[in-house]
Amino acid sequence: MPAEQALTVLVAEDGAADRLLLAQIVRRQGHEVFTAENGEQAVAMFIERRPQLVLLDALMPVMDGFEAARRIKALAGEALVPIIFLTSLNEEEGLVRCLEAGGDDFMAKPYSAVILAAKIRAMDRLRRLHATVLEQRDQITRHHHHLLNEQRVAKAVFDKVAHSGCLKAANIRYLQSPYALFNGDLLLAAFTPSGDMHVLLGDFTGHGLPAAVGAMPLAEVFYGMTAKGYGLAETLREMNAKLKRILPVDMFCCALLLSLSFQRGTVEVWNGGMPDGYRLSAEGEVLGMLCSHHLPLGVLAPEQFDDATQVLPLAVGERLFLLSDGVVDTGDAQERLFGVDRLRDVLADNRNPDLLFDEVMQALAVFGGQSRDDISLCDIRMSAPEELAPQPVVYSDSGRSSPLDWSLRFELRGQSLRRFNPVPYLVQLLQEIHGLRPSSGRLHSVLSELYSNALEHGVLAMDSRLKRDAQGFAQYYRQRAERLMHEVGGFVSIGLQVEPRGAGGRLMIEVRDSGAGFDVARELARTPEQQAFSGRGMGLVQRLAGQARWLEGGRLAQVDFEW
Amino acid sequence: MAVESDFSQDGKKLTIKVKGRFDFGKHQEFREAYERQCPRPDSVVVDLKEATYLDSSALGMLLLLRDHVGGEESDIRVVHASPDVRKILAISNFEKLFDIS
Repeated sequence: MPAEQALTVLVAEDGAADRLLLAQIVRRQGHEVFTAENGEQAVAMFIERRPQLVLLDALMPVMDGFEAARRIKALAGEALVPIIFLTSLNEEEGLVRCLEAGGDDFMAKPYSAVILAAKIRAMDRLRRLHATVLEQRDQITRHHHHLLNEQRVAKAVFDKVAHSGCLKAANIRYLQSPYALFNGDLLLAAFTPSGDMHVLLGDFTGHGLPAAVGAMPLAEVFYGMTAKGYGLAETLREMNAKLKRILPVDMFCCALLLSLSFQRGTVEVWNGGMPDGYRLSAEGEVLGMLCSHHLPLGVLAPEQFDDATQVLPLAVGERLFLLSDGVVDTGDAQERLFGVDRLRDVLADNRNPDLLFDEVMQALAVFGGQSRDDISLCDIRMSAPEELAPQPVVYSDSGRSSPLDWSLRFELRGQSLRRFNPVPYLVQLLQEIHGLRPSSGRLHSVLSELYSNALEHGVLAMDSRLKRDAQGFAQYYRQRAERLMHEVGGFVSIGLQVEPRGAGGRLMIEVRDSGAGFDVARELARTPEQQAFSGRGMGLVQRLAGQARWLEGGRLAQVDFEW
Repeated sequence: MAVESDFSQDGKKLTIKVKGRFDFGKHQEFREAYERQCPRPDSVVVDLKEATYLDSSALGMLLLLRDHVGGEESDIRVVHASPDVRKILAISNFEKLFDIS
């Protein structure tokens, strides 16, 4: 038996002899005793001294025990103040009244000191149990508030990072459950310097904080590399390597990445572990799927990672519809899943793209699914290049111009042609020339175009006429990957020359390749319609640069920029 | 037990059976199924015959198992997966890491 804890006990009994006797018994057991002669005094004494336990005679003058019990219980509030009724009532009804008035136990007169001591101990156990429960409940409530507050702050910080991109662009619509981040969902979008748009929809394993922590480094890599003009493959390799390095083995991130080129009317896709995305016509008809062909990010070591992307044509007005697994995995009461077929029904029934999200959410509600907090929907429309104005780049340097009289030339061969993309480095370097900064988007586009022409049509001898339709695109890029895998002979050489001219200056770009060249005059004579996807991007280069020439049988391209 | 493990006579092959929902709730049991035994088994069979559902934390647990028995060099077969379960494994392209049948 643990040492008995001394309690404060109120004894209310109108009979003076009984009151003294009781008080004495209780005091001898080591408790502190206050006494009252009737119900009214008992209530007053309770207010004044807040005793921990009350012995209450049922029948007293002025205010009886039943009324006093009701008032004391009301005053005690949430705390349990056990009341033991002292009664000579023997009939059942009287005893029931004691309990109904709020009594916890009763004791028949005449009093037995032993039984009274046992009852006080039992009531004390109950009292302490109750206090523990209340304390733990309050603790849980405090922790919960704390957690919610932390999530709110973390989300606010994260939103600043995640939404620093261009999710607000006119061609993007998205819907995310408010705390989707804490279920591992992530949606990012940003413009590249050349005005392409990169979009990432990701889903980390697990729930809660662990699922959210990986989002920050991923967003950093995504925005950093997109802003510098890196392509999807390089960005993917970096994200995978970073996540592999920092995440525990059982955590990874399913992701779908897109690069929309408004200039070329194409979209490049990589899907590792996300549900199928949809390519939709302007009318909402399903044209094709963006299926998962890869392991999620953060699973494979950098050497094993597969950055192969798919390139598809995407005409103005056509759309891409992406979703997280929270949609198709929503289950009803019988644990049936919403599934892909029901989703496709919603897509088929959709008439107004503006209502698609509402219709999906409506269908989930009708399906009777438990509402899940990890639903992300994203709808991206291909728009005409002039429709979107990318945000101007903010430069963080001192604004002092660097020397304007230099040239450089470098040549890429073999292995370097397979993986290395020189364009971001060159654009970075050219940013040092302040007069060129307003043209950095155009510069990026022109350099990218000239470099990929030299590599694909020159060194790899790819036939651009393949790119007539979606199948041709797939074939073209498969062939490109195959040829790159084999020993690559030849070279691409890039020369930059900068010279001052009055207040401004001139940049001359030369891109030369080791390929067989092409019939420049015939290629230039083709109309833009004939060129479309299958041209060598010559129209695009001329449109962006103004001054463009093809020499040496198409093996050398020259472009000038002046400022 | 929702996760059962069974070693072959020579102790070289471990069979782990998962029953019901294979999700985060099985984390502890699943880890214990392969961590208890020393030395490590040469090959592992994960039997999903009675698994009804599999979520992304289950995929994470499979990766932990793979790491435990040798990563790249591991020999893990995932057998008897239902069509639904196979679909989930296929979306994440886990057949590139595991022998799934």
